[in-house]
Amino acid sequence: MSTVFKKSTQGREGVWPRLPEHELGEILPANLTRETPASLPSLSELDVVRHFSLLSRKNFGVDSNFYPLGSCTMKYNPKFCEDIAGLPGFSRLHPLLPQLPRGDELTQGALEVMYETERWLCEITGMAEYTLHPMAGAHGELTGVLTMAAYHADKGNKKTKIICPDSAHGTNPASAAIAGYEVVSIASKDGIVDPAALAEVLDDEVAGMMMTCPNTLGLFEKNLPKIVEMLRGVDALLYYDGANLNAVMGKMRVGDAGFDVVHVNLHKTFATPHGGGGPGSGPVGVCEKLVPYLPISRVVKDPSGRFHLRYDYPKSIGYVAPFYGNFGVVLKAYAYMLRLGREGLIRVSENAVLAANYLRKKLDDVLEVPFDRICMHEFVASAEKQSEKGVRALDIAKALLDKGYHAPTIYFPLIVKECLMFEPTETESKDTLDQFVADLRDILAQAETDPAALQAAPVTLPVTRLDETAAARNMHITDDM
Amino acid sequence: MPYVPHTTADTREMLTAVGVSSMEELFAEIPLSLRPKSFDLPPGMSEMATRAKIEDLSSRNNTNLVSFLGAGFYDHYVPSAVDALISRGEFYTAYTPYQPEASQGTLQAIFEYQTAVTRLLDMDCSNASVYDGGTALYEAMMMAVRQTKRVRVVISETVSPIYRILLGTYTRNLKLDLVTVPHKDGGTDFAAMEKAVDASTACVVVQSPNFFGCVEDFSALFASAKAKGALAIVSAYPVLASVLKTPGQMGADIAVAEGQSLGLPLSFGGPYLGIMTCTKALVRQMPGRIVGRTTDSEGRTGYVLTLQAREQHIRRQKATSNICSNQALCALRCLIHLCLLGEEGLKRTARISMENARYAAGKLSQIKGVSLLNNGPAGNEFAITLPRPAQDVCLAMIGRGYVPGFPLGRYYKGLDNALLVCCTEKHSRRDIDILAAWLEDEI
Repeated sequence: MSTVFKKSTQGREGVWPRLPEHELGEILPANLTRETPASLPSLSELDVVRHFSLLSRKNFGVDSNFYPLGSCTMKYNPKFCEDIAGLPGFSRLHPLLPQLPRGDELTQGALEVMYETERWLCEITGMAEYTLHPMAGAHGELTGVLTMAAYHADKGNKKTKIICPDSAHGTNPASAAIAGYEVVSIASKDGIVDPAALAEVLDDEVAGMMMTCPNTLGLFEKNLPKIVEMLRGVDALLYYDGANLNAVMGKMRVGDAGFDVVHVNLHKTFATPHGGGGPGSGPVGVCEKLVPYLPISRVVKDPSGRFHLRYDYPKSIGYVAPFYGNFGVVLKAYAYMLRLGREGLIRVSENAVLAANYLRKKLDDVLEVPFDRICMHEFVASAEKQSEKGVRALDIAKALLDKGYHAPTIYFPLIVKECLMFEPTETESKDTLDQFVADLRDILAQAETDPAALQAAPVTLPVTRLDETAAARNMHITDDM
Repeated sequence: MPYVPHTTADTREMLTAVGVSSMEELFAEIPLSLRPKSFDLPPGMSEMATRAKIEDLSSRNNTNLVSFLGAGFYDHYVPSAVDALISRGEFYTAYTPYQPEASQGTLQAIFEYQTAVTRLLDMDCSNASVYDGGTALYEAMMMAVRQTKRVRVVISETVSPIYRILLGTYTRNLKLDLVTVPHKDGGTDFAAMEKAVDASTACVVVQSPNFFGCVEDFSALFASAKAKGALAIVSAYPVLASVLKTPGQMGADIAVAEGQSLGLPLSFGGPYLGIMTCTKALVRQMPGRIVGRTTDSEGRTGYVLTLQAREQHIRRQKATSNICSNQALCALRCLIHLCLLGEEGLKRTARISMENARYAAGKLSQIKGVSLLNNGPAGNEFAITLPRPAQDVCLAMIGRGYVPGFPLGRYYKGLDNALLVCCTEKHSRRDIDILAAWLEDEI
């Protein structure tokens, strides 16, 4: 399908505002004006509507396809949340309004949403306070690490290292590194963090450790109490990557379990559409001793029940975002939490875990499952057996696309060969899961008889396999290249 | 139970298949000592009740003010077709395009977005967007630090103070030297900027138009900085980039922008999008997602995420940044908006906004005791000096239903009497006349 630029016809009108009254030259001297046109497309409104409608049909989304993408929590996103985020009382609100004199009074509704969301997140995760400012999960990681660093600096601790298990999301080591830390990796044992490996690298220079629990293999970190105790011994802090919170709501609170900092991915657990890669939102919660270092502004409630923004926190790390985070995403998460309430959130986790275990049991005779025990909301299988026939995890993933399913995660975790990480989530019916199992079993049977067919998949989509090597070598990243 | 489809019979069958007798047994791995001390949340509400509660909250925000508040975040008209198209579930319920064959819609749209923003800012390359204009500026600065292996960053005080605070936060544990060059009556102090650049300088950082609304030409500054081996970074206002001398024309190495004004609602601060563009020579230093065009096994054109060796999921702690997501849906809004307006529509938006600002500047500066902070060329925003604190005037004007602008004393020492006034194409002459009349009244 040709690009929107190729569809352009000079002189065709889209949505033009009225004609300006002055020539540009009357407003600005010529040496400050643009020489060459930007060459944006000239299209009618229908041209634009049709182009993007056709493009949308080349996409898999949760509304049309089952999306068991491990570690991504691709659950169904309730439609009413979208309406709410579009209410003009919120969408038209200028972010600088509360910074004007008595601006708090003009924005009480938005401030209450922020305040209440923070209280909910505190109760769900057992933390003392939250900031909603981080605009994505990895942004939350960076905020969390900067907060940890400020704590150590304030105490006069000389700390230079952060520990990341080899099963950690790649963002964990990247966040620690760009915050100025040396990253120390430790190897897992039986799929979980090994206290012996931790002991080998743990010293007074360790600022903290970043953990995901349940981890990226879908396993609960059984040695958690021991790990917490070890880190306490050297005044190191424990960071919780909340990407997998969907598995444990009401079953474990990270604060109670001994974690000092946590980020949650509102767009995963609290059902905000992923939008093809964003926007997200990654609020960060901290324990009592880290509260002074949280980013500013902070939203507070006064005794009369009015809400205010405060900036006077001398130990704060400062701004991590221009304003109060991705407020629109926070609003959707707040609506979702209100709708589900206490019992609803517990059932989310129970049913997410049930679905993952159901899928695991239905597949463990045809795919190797390296850690074949009760998993949390996701599990990792391996196509090592199939790869002997020349069928790799990638081929299975592509064959699933042909059958109308988004593929499981296959690029990750690095510690399982030919991995397929499944996360069905709580919103898929048993019928969908059963049909998926039947279709996947067909594919695995075909791997025995006709591996070449799988290696050629997908064949039913707008394109077949794409040459990623050529894309990186001959860089065409705009229509003009 | 909302959004969980299982019947009681389904649940029973699934538990049996797993080999457990209850939901609780699924969580046996979590020791009792780690169970929640409390989970004290209110019960759920119906969709209708939830909506009513949030509609009530929305009514407690005042959005009926006639506002001249900008300061980097602008209320431009967004055509209805933007919302209609963005609401298609295939777009907004999709994930990051890890499986390109099933994500050609998102991938082609990002490719088109990259094309549109590079053309607009007159640069070679773009990524698929980052969180916002501020994080884009931070990432640009870090690109320069990596590329030049230098540690000094020279920033004009005419760059958004909000962004400058953010740069300080992000770099607080790094051995970088951030040098801020003070403004001169709201203008960039070009001589001082040039003087501040030395052999250890990684980049100069400026804003176009600057935070006070002044339109400036950075060509000479960029040339002299580059002669000393530093990179040139500009944070631009993308609507005006359609008519102003472009970052590319001025010789910028990296141009970033807050994309909010291209089709996104103000939404109390987010989600927005950070537009990030650079020259071809720097593309491998650019963080985040990038979409590239390629061919499939049949020779047909298709799109993939490319240059992934820079990214955290491959390089971990050695990645160019920790950024994993982009603002894909916001970038799509921006692209659709640009396509609906087209070249001509965007230029008209820019020109009408500037006309309005010029009219307002003329009106306001005629008021006794009011003067322009800077007499140079302005875009759609300008700063005025009042005879008394801008905060007080602002407060009084809000009482009349008008937000006259942003009091600059909030972020600039010595500018307590200064007010930053912004216009867009949404303001009428009548709005501006009333603003002037009431402001005169209040002074």
